[in-house]
Amino acid sequence: MSTTVIDTRDGEVQFHLAEEPHHSEGSSTMLGFWLYLMSDCLIFAILFATYGVVGANYAAGPSPKDLFDLELVAINTAMLLFSSITYGFAMLEMARNRKSATLLWLGITGLFGLAFLGIELYEFAHLIHEGATPQRSAFLSAFFTLVGTHGLHVTFGTIWLVTLMVQVSKHGLIPANRRRLFCLSMFWHFLDVIWIGVFTFVYLLGMLR
Amino acid sequence: MSELAHHTDNLGRGHGDSHGHGHGHGHDAHEAHGSFKGYMTGFVLSVILTAVPFWLVMESPLASPQLTAFLVVAFAAVQIVVHMIFFLHMNASSEEGWNFMAFVFTLIVVVITIAGTLWVMYHMNTNMMPQMDTMEQNEIGQQP
Repeated sequence: MSTTVIDTRDGEVQFHLAEEPHHSEGSSTMLGFWLYLMSDCLIFAILFATYGVVGANYAAGPSPKDLFDLELVAINTAMLLFSSITYGFAMLEMARNRKSATLLWLGITGLFGLAFLGIELYEFAHLIHEGATPQRSAFLSAFFTLVGTHGLHVTFGTIWLVTLMVQVSKHGLIPANRRRLFCLSMFWHFLDVIWIGVFTFVYLLGMLR
Repeated sequence: MSELAHHTDNLGRGHGDSHGHGHGHGHDAHEAHGSFKGYMTGFVLSVILTAVPFWLVMESPLASPQLTAFLVVAFAAVQIVVHMIFFLHMNASSEEGWNFMAFVFTLIVVVITIAGTLWVMYHMNTNMMPQMDTMEQNEIGQQP
C-alpha cells in the first residue's frame, strides 16, 4: 500500500493527483439529491405496479366507484398544485434576496400542504368508517399503501418546510439555506409529479373501470 | 444547484450566459432560478391539463370509456412533462448531463418494472387459473 509517486526511467509519473479537484461546499448536493429522488421514483414505480396488478381484486368488497369522491380529489389536486406554484414564488423571492417575502410564500406553501394532508386524512377516515379498510381487499391494501406513501412524503416535506422556515428566519438566506431550499423545492415538485400519476391511475381510471 | 434551476427563461440564451448574470451574492452561478413567467406558464398549463381529464371522467361527454381512459392517460403524460420542464427545470445539460442521464435511466427502469409486472401477472392470472377442464384432462392422463 503505497501512495507515493512511482519513479520510472522516463521521469516522474504520478498515479494520483497532487491536489484534489476543488469543489465548493455542497456543490454535489444537488446531483446527489436528484439521485435520491430518482430512487424514490422506483419505490413509487413498484407501488404503482402492485396497484396495477391487484387494483381490480375487490374480494366482493367496494370498488372505486362505490368509494371515491372525485370532487374531493379535484380539490386535493388543486391544493397540491397551488402549493407547487407558491413554492415557486418563494424561490423567486429568494433569488431577489427578500427574506420575509420568501418566508411568507413558504408559509402559504405549508398551509396548502397541510390542507392537502387534512383532506386526505378525512378521505381515509371516511373510507375506514365505511368499512373500506386496508384489510378489506387487495385493491384497498394497494390503494392505502400507494396513496399513504405519497401522503407520508408530503408529511415529511411539510416538517422539512417548517424546519427550513425556522432556519431561514434565524440565519437568513445564507448559501447553506439556499441549497436546502433548492432541495426541498425539487422534493416538493417531485411529489406533485407523483400525484399526477396517483389521481390519473388510481382515481380517474378507477372510476372508468 | 447548478442548472436544475435552469429554466425556460434561459432556454433561449446560451448555457454560459446564465452563469454570467448574477444576483449579487457569492453563489449565483449555482442559482439560476425559474422566472415568474415560467412558473405561471407551467401553472396555467397544469390547471388545464388537470381540469380536462377530471371533466372527461366526471361529466363523461365521450361515449367510449376506452377513449376517455386513453385521453386521461395522455393528459397525465403531457402534464408530467410540463412539471418537469417548468417546475423541476429539467434540461439535458444540467450537471453536465448527469441529471438527465439519471432521469433517463430511471425512466427505463420504471417502464420495465411497471410494464413487465403487469405483463407477467396478467398472463399468470389468465393461464394459471385452476380450470375444471384442465383438471379433468389430468385425470384422463393418469388413467392408463
